[in-house]
Amino acid sequence: MATTSSTRPGLLRRLSTFLFLHPTLSLILLLAPPLLWLGVIYLGSLFALLVQSFFRLDDFSGKIVRDFSLTNYLQLTSRANIDIIARTAGMATAVTLACGLIAFPLAYYIARYAAPRAKGFLYLAVLLPLWSSYLVRVYSWKLILAKEGIISWVVEKLGLTPALDAILQTPIIGGPSLSFSMLGMFFVFVYIWLPYMILPIQAALERIPKSLIEAAGDLGARPGETFRTVILPLAFPGVVAGSIFTFSLTLGDYIIPSIIGNSSFLIGAVVLAHQGTSGNVPLAAAFTVVPMIIMGVYLSIAKRLGAFDAL
Amino acid sequence: MNTKMLHHALAALTLASLLLAACGTGPTPTPQTVEVTRVVEGTPVVETVIITATPEPVVETGGPMTEVGEGEGEVAIVAWAGYIERGDTDPNYDWVTQFEADTGCKVTVKTAATSDEMVALMNEGGFDLVTASGDASNRLIAGGRVQEVNIDLIPSYGTVDERLQNAPWHTVDGKHYGVPYQSGSNVLMYNTEVFGDEPPTSWSVVFEETTLPDGQSNKGRVQAYDGPIYVADAALYLASARPELGITDPYALNRDQFNAALDLLRQQRALVGRYWHDAFIQMDDFTNEGVAASGSWPFQANLLAFGGAPIAYVVPEEGATGWADTTMMHVDAPHPNCAYKWMEWSLNPKLQGDLAAWFQTIPAVLAACEGNALLGEGGCEANGLNSFDQIKWWRTPTSDCGDDRTDCVPYHEWVTNYIAVIGGR
Repeated sequence: MATTSSTRPGLLRRLSTFLFLHPTLSLILLLAPPLLWLGVIYLGSLFALLVQSFFRLDDFSGKIVRDFSLTNYLQLTSRANIDIIARTAGMATAVTLACGLIAFPLAYYIARYAAPRAKGFLYLAVLLPLWSSYLVRVYSWKLILAKEGIISWVVEKLGLTPALDAILQTPIIGGPSLSFSMLGMFFVFVYIWLPYMILPIQAALERIPKSLIEAAGDLGARPGETFRTVILPLAFPGVVAGSIFTFSLTLGDYIIPSIIGNSSFLIGAVVLAHQGTSGNVPLAAAFTVVPMIIMGVYLSIAKRLGAFDAL
Repeated sequence: MNTKMLHHALAALTLASLLLAACGTGPTPTPQTVEVTRVVEGTPVVETVIITATPEPVVETGGPMTEVGEGEGEVAIVAWAGYIERGDTDPNYDWVTQFEADTGCKVTVKTAATSDEMVALMNEGGFDLVTASGDASNRLIAGGRVQEVNIDLIPSYGTVDERLQNAPWHTVDGKHYGVPYQSGSNVLMYNTEVFGDEPPTSWSVVFEETTLPDGQSNKGRVQAYDGPIYVADAALYLASARPELGITDPYALNRDQFNAALDLLRQQRALVGRYWHDAFIQMDDFTNEGVAASGSWPFQANLLAFGGAPIAYVVPEEGATGWADTTMMHVDAPHPNCAYKWMEWSLNPKLQGDLAAWFQTIPAVLAACEGNALLGEGGCEANGLNSFDQIKWWRTPTSDCGDDRTDCVPYHEWVTNYIAVIGGR
């Protein structure tokens, strides 16, 4: 204030003083923009989606009728749509389980055994794919999995073609070639989302104090027992945290199913089809409510398992 | 940052946002109250200032443009792959460079793989033009996404094939919503190594399980288009395979005809390894996945054959569905003058002929068929000009069958049911 020469301070300075004297108002002003963003833009659009899902499409004109109706939710229960929901949820579950199984040993090695130099390298190796375009990686997988691609070639050289064919004969997961099958789609999903599983598990494992493991050994626990009773329970929230990513990302993805697989629809692709294709926004909106409900249930379970402490 | 500075910054921010709110845009002329705080000898006093926002002038809409002015330097077009060529793939096929030099309008192209993608892109906005097929154009018109085009501003409109000048997929209630661009037929693309000297003559190779000339079943080796409009291809096949159904127009199907088409498509599902929607992915499937036959466009077949792949195509005896594309203009086109300049340019015989040669299509301007070096003598006839009247042009199915019946299955049911078929139901 000493530098002010004027006897009547400027508007800016007076306002500044006022805010200094009213810390609560300052807090409200600071919080207002992010809260407005969350409330209006984020939750508002979700709310608009929810409202849309109760409208319906007029059969004759193809225009949206803005009356309350449950037509779309009834349509969701048709066998074809139940298939799509089950297929998507099944894929998300399978991808999550596989990511967990692959990520845990790797995260365990990074967290507990790797020397600092190796640790840095492994970090880089896990993160590196995330720095290149998602689309490019998916397209390159299409070539890897193709009938005349590298996997088929290796399998043929090893003389295992009948085994691959037998796997591809399996109903549901099979198809004419890996890139035309649900199995191939599963591989690509696991590859794409794996880093999101490794990192939270690794963070959870790093936080387990070494002393606890030593204490378990001192008390006579065998390595397996230590793992089951000490390490796994403490790292489990990390696994659940990672699974939130892999599960929800698989649930909503529509690009991989459009490039790999047998063209069967997943929820993301079907939303896109209804929204863009037939202009059936209400049915598309009703479809998006399904993953919201699934994720709501999933997150409440994850919260009970302590996943949010591990994030 | 110390507390004083923070409060100072916050105060400045508050003032700025209040100012913004005061001069904020908004058509409502409601007075806005703004609170300004003033500290009088240590006691803050809140003054309320009322600021009345001036309403925005309402811009009259409706009616097409009446004159074409200076170009805006840019035109953004949503197009099918291969439709707007600037010589990147083959230097002989270039109809953009000259236009850019003449008008100063830089052409940017966003390619779309399906009509639905085009509709979605146009719904998003930000584009000037779209080369919409008949199954998208009426949706765009009905949805108010495209504007009426004043054909008086397009001197070449009179040169357009008369059968296309007032076609129902771009002219509604006597108003023109675009300029015809090209049309062409869907074709049956096949692998010549598989079929040898017995090229397929019927769509049955993609609909019915059969043994192909190489001795293996077609199961897992055929493809189908993943757009719901493909139901019409099934209906077209049924029109000759099961005449008792009485299908005359594959886009106007009553419930029984529609269900029969779906049954055929379900049978086809067992044969199809993967449905195609991206022209380049389909080309990859023919080269790397051992696909032997599929409904396709001449574009893929030519590009593959050009690259030395054993690929050819036929129009089977049942006839074919086809697309007739129209250059349409977005209702909020950011560069309307350049858009009009492009629409005029798109009708010049050289461009029309070159494009017809490139995409194996039928030009909208028949003068293009003569004397085009790339298209050659009889090129238009080879692309199906003579069977023009037999091609079933894509259009959006509605409950109104087009005659006096109103019990046809509308497009959104095509969508839900085709999704179910692809999913195996």
